[in-house]
Amino acid sequence: MTLIKETDYGTPIRISPTMVTAEIDGMAVTVPAGTSIMRAAQEMGTKVPKLCATDSLEPFGSCRLCLVEIEGRRGTPASCTTPLEAGMKVHTQSPKLAKLRKGVMELYISDHPLDCLTCAANGDCELQDMAGAVGLREVRYGYEGDNHLVGEKDESNPYFTFDPTKCIVCSRCVRACEEVQGTFALTIDGRGFASKVASGNTNFLESECVSCGACVQACPTATLSEKGVIEKGQPEHSVITTCAYCGVGCSFKAEMQGNEIVRMVPYKDGKANHGHSCVKGRFAWGYATHKDRMLKPMIRSKITDPWKEVSWDEAINYAASEFKRIQAKYGRDSIGGITSSRCTNEETYLVQKMIRAAFGNNNVDTCARVCHSPTGYGLGATFGTSAGTQDFDSVDHADVILVMGANPTDAHPVFASRMKRRLRQGAKLIVVDPRRIDLVKVPHVEADYHLAIKPGTNVAIVNALAHVIVTEGLVKEDYVAERCDPVSFQIWRNFVAEERNSPEAVEHLTGVPAADVRAAARLYATGGNGAIYYGLGVTEHSQGSTTVMGIANLAMATGNIGRIGVGVNPLRGQNNVQGSCDMGSFPHEYSGYRHVSNDAVREQFEHVWNVALQSEPGLRIPNMFDAAIDGTFMGLYVQGEDIAQSDPNTQHVQAALSAMECIVVHDIFMNETAMYAHVFLPGSSFLEKDGTFTNAERRISRVRQAIPPMAGKADWEATMALSTAMGYPMTYTHPSEIMDEIAALTPTFAGVSYKRIDELGSIQWPCNDKAPAGTPTMHIDRFVRGQGKFMVTEFVPTEERTTQRFPLILTTGRILSQYNVGAQTARTANVVWHEEDVLEIHPFDAESRGIRDGDLVALGSRTGETALRAKISERMQPGVVYTTFHYMKSGANVVTTEYSDWATNCPEYKVTAVQVRRTNRQSDWQERYHDLHDETTRIAGDAAE
Amino acid sequence: MTTRIYVPGDAAALSVGAEEVDAAIAREAAARKLDVQIIRNGSRGMLWLEPLVEVETPQGRIAYGPVAAEDVPTLFEAGFLAGKPHALCHGLTEEIPYLKNQERLTFARCGVIDPLSLDDYLAHDGYRGLKRALSMAPAGIVEEVTNSGLRGRGGAGFPTGIKWKTVLGAVDDQKYVVCNADEGDSGTFADRMLLEGDPFLLIEGMTIAAIAVGATQGYVYVRSEYPHAFRTFGRAIKIARQRGYLGTNIAGSGKRFELEVRMGAGAYICGEETSLLESLEGRRGQIRFKPPLPALKGLFGRPTVVNNVLSLAAVPTILDKGALFYRDYGMGKSRGTLAIQLAGNIKQGGLVEKAFGLTLRQAIYDFGGGTHSGRALRAVQVGGPLGAYFPEALLDTPLDYEAFAAAKGMLGHGGVVVFDDTVDLAQQARFAMEFCAEESCGKCTPCRIGSTRGVETIDKIIANTNRDNNLEVLDDLCNLMLDASLCALGGLTPYPVLSAIRHFPEDFHKPARPRLAPAAE
Repeated sequence: MTLIKETDYGTPIRISPTMVTAEIDGMAVTVPAGTSIMRAAQEMGTKVPKLCATDSLEPFGSCRLCLVEIEGRRGTPASCTTPLEAGMKVHTQSPKLAKLRKGVMELYISDHPLDCLTCAANGDCELQDMAGAVGLREVRYGYEGDNHLVGEKDESNPYFTFDPTKCIVCSRCVRACEEVQGTFALTIDGRGFASKVASGNTNFLESECVSCGACVQACPTATLSEKGVIEKGQPEHSVITTCAYCGVGCSFKAEMQGNEIVRMVPYKDGKANHGHSCVKGRFAWGYATHKDRMLKPMIRSKITDPWKEVSWDEAINYAASEFKRIQAKYGRDSIGGITSSRCTNEETYLVQKMIRAAFGNNNVDTCARVCHSPTGYGLGATFGTSAGTQDFDSVDHADVILVMGANPTDAHPVFASRMKRRLRQGAKLIVVDPRRIDLVKVPHVEADYHLAIKPGTNVAIVNALAHVIVTEGLVKEDYVAERCDPVSFQIWRNFVAEERNSPEAVEHLTGVPAADVRAAARLYATGGNGAIYYGLGVTEHSQGSTTVMGIANLAMATGNIGRIGVGVNPLRGQNNVQGSCDMGSFPHEYSGYRHVSNDAVREQFEHVWNVALQSEPGLRIPNMFDAAIDGTFMGLYVQGEDIAQSDPNTQHVQAALSAMECIVVHDIFMNETAMYAHVFLPGSSFLEKDGTFTNAERRISRVRQAIPPMAGKADWEATMALSTAMGYPMTYTHPSEIMDEIAALTPTFAGVSYKRIDELGSIQWPCNDKAPAGTPTMHIDRFVRGQGKFMVTEFVPTEERTTQRFPLILTTGRILSQYNVGAQTARTANVVWHEEDVLEIHPFDAESRGIRDGDLVALGSRTGETALRAKISERMQPGVVYTTFHYMKSGANVVTTEYSDWATNCPEYKVTAVQVRRTNRQSDWQERYHDLHDETTRIAGDAAE
Repeated sequence: MTTRIYVPGDAAALSVGAEEVDAAIAREAAARKLDVQIIRNGSRGMLWLEPLVEVETPQGRIAYGPVAAEDVPTLFEAGFLAGKPHALCHGLTEEIPYLKNQERLTFARCGVIDPLSLDDYLAHDGYRGLKRALSMAPAGIVEEVTNSGLRGRGGAGFPTGIKWKTVLGAVDDQKYVVCNADEGDSGTFADRMLLEGDPFLLIEGMTIAAIAVGATQGYVYVRSEYPHAFRTFGRAIKIARQRGYLGTNIAGSGKRFELEVRMGAGAYICGEETSLLESLEGRRGQIRFKPPLPALKGLFGRPTVVNNVLSLAAVPTILDKGALFYRDYGMGKSRGTLAIQLAGNIKQGGLVEKAFGLTLRQAIYDFGGGTHSGRALRAVQVGGPLGAYFPEALLDTPLDYEAFAAAKGMLGHGGVVVFDDTVDLAQQARFAMEFCAEESCGKCTPCRIGSTRGVETIDKIIANTNRDNNLEVLDDLCNLMLDASLCALGGLTPYPVLSAIRHFPEDFHKPARPRLAPAAE
């Protein structure tokens, strides 16, 4: 193991059909036209000295170290800004160039502290490297001249410091913030010698900085340094792995000293992120070693008992005996399990295998139930596959981007940066969202149309868009005729053409001016490559599946499926939610989305697993809760999901959990669900195990163990032990063997193996004989299901209606610095950006209720009430309030209802009728919760406190 | 009968009291119940005579100057309305040798006409160039400009026609014409004089450029220190638009050209074309690297003609009278006329438009009348703050791009700043570095750090600290800035420094040299 240092080619790759051949230092080199001399030289192994150039940024030409000589040309052009031209004869070294470079370095060092030995970047400093490369031996200007050696460090950001005394004003940080991240938080202030990097008129923390780390990454000196490196020193080896936050699935280098992580650095060769990161993946990994980590298995006979720490064997045996006891008493179907979208494919596969094979039923479900199950249903029905159609790179070729019910700058920040870059290049943007999310207007990006719908009218707006496309002759007829099912198309065409689906007819429902809908539809249909990106604002509705199908209809009707730059792209919420679905976590499906009632498929599994399997689908999560309350479902194994916090209608969930006789929680923290558990199995974080994650673009990436499992067992090992104790032995010695089994049983994974992933870096499924290198773009020549199928999408308003008692609509979501239920991020310094959930409310609604910014308000629905602070915000439309669910104590899901998607039971988190009023106390639920929490999380022996 | 009186509204005249003179004349005429019409013309460019009041008489315009408000009653007493003699009278303006001996093509109308009278402009041969251009194919216009030998008057001297040809050949649905009126060189004022004195000429030149290259939008970037020029030019644009010389149907041709004037951001560096484009786009005025050339990727990334005011203003003449007429003026590869601006320690400061080839000595003595102080001339800086210092021995250098380059100098924008024998060239060299440090955009290292180190090193030399070594360090630094700077600011700063050392070594080697007392004011 060594420290991996990616080659820096100095300038970005250029793609051109034309190749040029020239000579550099007497050697012939051939590169695509437009490639800089610097990059061409690096490609043949010749480093031209440089400081302001780095290959993640467009050339800038400011440091003047990379000057070269070109025969027949005057002067000494910069190799970063000069493209190689055919027949050029370039010299990268000459006495004249040596003198110039030494002169430049002499100037730099005349204004730089000479504290290399005690500097945080010692050993990882490009300035130091360049001083060495040019042979700088003296600074004849002396050090007493004007300088920047006195300056205050900005340590306001919790993760990195800005030390202006070490800055060489190369602008790499400023450019990274602009070009890579697209936030424009940094600038150069002043001019000439007084030029300095500034984060607006304030410090980094107070500035617009989103702490993505791109500037730190780009900095060639110690000016921007991770606090981890300042504290610990330079790492000595790296492990390439995949981030465990959102569905973007960024590739990272865990840079280590022994078993200790010094920093996480986005990996340049990562195909999902291309070297970019966000505040969560880059910096918020400290939870992995947080003192709250549970490291011992524990058991108790009832939830009011204190926990007792026991050995792994005792905990496993206790769990197995309880499950067997329950099955003996209540029947084989009285227990079940929930797989985790936070765990690896291999672990998820193993849990569902344990449930089907060892528990002997199909009572397996996953947290995708509450997020993207409608995606699976909707895209499966129309296209024939339950996944997004593109890779992320595809957005670079999109001309019109339609973002619906997604807030990428907060929830999928690394992809959002990519999208913003494309938008800055001129792509058009349509945002369909009740809130004025950041994408509607951020620096240098502005939505062409913001269709600010009323929550719950997604289907109406999608139908209205379709109406315009159909009635204004914007259908791509030849595409539809060639690729889609004509019968379903005709039915759909007639349906959406009905006047009741026109923008004018639905205006009173959606609240969106008909003219805007018409203009947006025309833009999407005729603006070139149209790409749709959507999120949970689409799926988490009573008509979530309908909207997904409506989106698919739009894409098919306009011919926007089956090539680069277009597509229908669900932005998946969790690191492995795509994978957990792929792995057969749903009660009705085996891996690869094949129904359990399909005899041929089932027999194949029975053969390989050597066990008889049920042919009927098992219970979904909400069914499990209902059955628990009915007394027929009494035992649950939950891996890496906190259903007590994340699922809607908290009080109903709590009642269900309380009713069960044995709950086994397998998690890295004592989560909310564990309050109701009888066995606690300590989990392993993504840093502690091997495996794979599959991101939103179907990309399977390796997770590699950076540190040993802190509790002694990786999650897959614990599952094996439980399965074995249940009487179905599992004997894998490495997760790669699990993947081999997945590949053998799953046609879309047939070509996947760890060896193949290592060769290719990552693989987008389907990967098999037909697509040995994977499939970046799906449905290229034909849809997976053959012909694309149009689905009629009748708008049926949710039964959740505003009333006089509950006149406002609550919608929920996430913010940038926090992640879902906060288990990870709330245990990091990310809390400086968001230490509590707040209720965003429009000034009008606040005013009429006498609510001022920061007031404690009661938020009540017919299911429950909670209290949190109000934030007056014009991002909201009148009548709609918004909160996040990052902290249990906020009780966002105490308020949400049991309504769910008609097809998949995905909860309707996004529409709850509520009332808001000022209050001076916590809600009853919150008070009860505190008491219960204290009582149910005691551990024997810790009682002293 | 109404008598026409011309009182310049030019900023140079205003700075020495033209407004008060105007008021005094109006007051005096009213008191005497005399029927006069005061026209606020541009400047004739004889700045030592400003405010230069002219009276229109049957013999021609009679010049009086410099006129102070308190001189006005005596002018009336003397009968200046009839062109009668007075102590301040210079006879017929056109016969004043300073003006008579010039070859005014670009400045032919400046100071003659009412700058904001389009009729006046038309009556003085205005828009004849455009008329001819509209009858030609774009490539023909470009060829005409190429054949005229016109080179960029901003300083670089790049052939204008070739630049236009590049833009014409670039394929894009939007192209621009940008006029660089960020005239920041010390001792220069020709652009301002023209913007204030004959704005329609520039509009006509830009319109021709636009038609030639296929641009539909133009911008004039005027330095913020030129509020009068900004205002006058803005008014001229409005008038031209009202009269159909800008807009969607230029002079009835069906061709479209819109023009806007933009106030500069107050930085010398914004006179550099790529910084200017950045500033026009609303960004920090910072240098872009080249290539890509602005001709291919200029304003907002589109093909853009960026020309100086005087380059564009020369175009109507070229189109009107033909390339051959224009190229008949000048010498060698420097064709046409040069707007020489005499400034500094000079007796008769002002604008001299003359064919290339006049020697520096002729300009300074025949027109400028020698130093203002009457002391011996010691140094001349031509081409702005980044131009070389020439000693007396180089005064016979002809004003010609190549001749100046051969003498390690540059013509630049035609500014000539004269110093007498009290000047200390070491201080001037220091000033050059200091100027660079002050005005550097801060992008490239040689300029950003080098200029500050340059000041410090010259200070050490002046203080006689380790002088020989520091002279060597300074020489190395100058060569670094020359070869490695991103733009001409850092790249030309060594010119004044090295020329000062080369031609005036005694100022560096003999720091104890007794200072000559400055001439009495």
